[in-house]
Amino acid sequence: MSVLVVLEDRGGKITRTSWEAAAAATQLAAGAGVTAVVIGAQTESLTAEAAARGFSAIIRLEHALLAQYTPDGYVSALQDLIQNAKPTEWVVFPHSYQVRDYVPALAARMGQVLIGDVVAIGDGPTFTRQLMQGRLNGNFKPTGSGPCFVSVQSGAFRADGAGSSASATISTFTPNLDAAQIRTKPSEPFRGSAQTVDLSSAQMIVSVGRGIREAENLPLIENLAAALGAEIAASRPICDNGWLPMERQVGSSGQSVAPKLYVAVGISGAIQHLVGMKASQCIVAINKDPDAPIFEVADYGIVGDLFEVVPALTEAVKAAK
Amino acid sequence: MRSHPSDKNKDVARVGLPKEFPEPERSSMKIIVAIKQVPERDAPVRIAADHKSINEADLQWAMNEPDAYALEEALQLKEKNGGEVVVLSAGPERVGSTIREALAKGADRAIHVVADDLASRDALGVARLLAEAIKPESPDLVLTGLQSEDLGLGQTGVIVAELLGLPHSTLILQVEKTDTGIKVKRELEEGWFQHIELPLPAVLTIQSGGNKLRYATLMGIKRARTKELRTVAAADLGPAPAPVLALQNIALPSKQKSTQILPGTAKEAATALVEKLKFEARVI
Repeated sequence: MSVLVVLEDRGGKITRTSWEAAAAATQLAAGAGVTAVVIGAQTESLTAEAAARGFSAIIRLEHALLAQYTPDGYVSALQDLIQNAKPTEWVVFPHSYQVRDYVPALAARMGQVLIGDVVAIGDGPTFTRQLMQGRLNGNFKPTGSGPCFVSVQSGAFRADGAGSSASATISTFTPNLDAAQIRTKPSEPFRGSAQTVDLSSAQMIVSVGRGIREAENLPLIENLAAALGAEIAASRPICDNGWLPMERQVGSSGQSVAPKLYVAVGISGAIQHLVGMKASQCIVAINKDPDAPIFEVADYGIVGDLFEVVPALTEAVKAAK
Repeated sequence: MRSHPSDKNKDVARVGLPKEFPEPERSSMKIIVAIKQVPERDAPVRIAADHKSINEADLQWAMNEPDAYALEEALQLKEKNGGEVVVLSAGPERVGSTIREALAKGADRAIHVVADDLASRDALGVARLLAEAIKPESPDLVLTGLQSEDLGLGQTGVIVAELLGLPHSTLILQVEKTDTGIKVKRELEEGWFQHIELPLPAVLTIQSGGNKLRYATLMGIKRARTKELRTVAAADLGPAPAPVLALQNIALPSKQKSTQILPGTAKEAATALVEKLKFEARVI
């Protein structure tokens, strides 16, 4: 029985979602230890960071060709490690964009399927993941033999649940890699447009989704935002259509926000949006569909036509001031 | 896979060709776009009696939106560089309507892998079908959406790349043909991006929003009727592999918070909400 968690870093720091993945790994280990894997050309500082979290072991997966992330480099290196670290039962990852980019290939190379974007782990174990944009949950069970690959959704596990107080055994693994295996050439990441709107510091946000139907209807939202003194934000499709600038997008590909008040108008609540706003103190959802997943995270909800509800709400806010 | 002729063409261009000889298509690509038919976004979702599927009886179907963006990218690449766009879709007979839509938007021809057992296959099993259908076509580029709106696995494109032995990149917003292959703009988290260069052939999964989606024109719809739509039986692409992941059941999600739904007319609900926000939540 062996459980690995593959930690991810950004800007030299291990990400919060990696610690959440570690908590999921701890649950799967059921009392046995969890081995953390850090990846890079040099991993001293990542190892030191992981060591403070009380894993039973830490493996430094080091190679000069792992200095920058490439799917080919990561797939080969981890495959090499997993085949050497037998028997590996579970390999747990945060469900990040990077993990989505390479772990399906890693799993396929080993005849497995990634159980991706898991929101809960039940007895068995069974793994719960969302279907139909969060309207349904599916419970899945691995039926094959060999290592099982699992990635967990941001926010689904508590980051502080990871690790114990024991000190970790640290080892270094040098994978078999050569430059010819790496077929893609990445360049340095860059920021999109100059970020002039910082939604993360906004106290109130009125956010709009597909329900608004047309760009011509946006003044409805602007009026409500003005009455509340709120910033305007949107779910991805609104920005994809160019109705609002990308920098106003909330969600996994946009900004993460946690205002005092978040009013979601005509937003169904796909998980990509929810991860960016569910930490808000008070969430209001206005949607015509009573089964929309946004109501699962809302404190207050109005089921109705936003074209009637929003003007009424704008008037009520003005009257209350 | 087809070797790319760009280098050879450069040499040819250098020595010069007689005028009547057609200009070589230096950067044209054969592009396969894998598309999926999914329930329409606002379709009523009801769990079927077996607790493992949803009732299909009252469902409307549509093209998976990220796949529509993949198709759009392919059509724009063709318009820029020449070449061919072939759509590929697996599923039962009903999938034909979504394939016709893609043809009407401008795809040149289509392959329909007729399969009634998709639900019993895991991601690897579905990707195998697609990969087997793609292989004999030897495309330069395979595009698909980053994920489906029904299962949301976000894995199919990456697994297809692995099965075909091709390099890949995911969450792509822009594709540009270069002398040696392609340069893509990949979306990272929290508003960051990255350019990546890949040799061809390659597989890309396309993020929504990179382009504006086109509508099918009347002329396009008319033309689609005469375009080639080849069907392939799933069974002819090899036996279905034993799944390594099985769906136990489907259930309604449990609420993370207890939501107070405010009843009444729009005005009553709005007034009640403002009261709550002011005196209960104390956020305004």
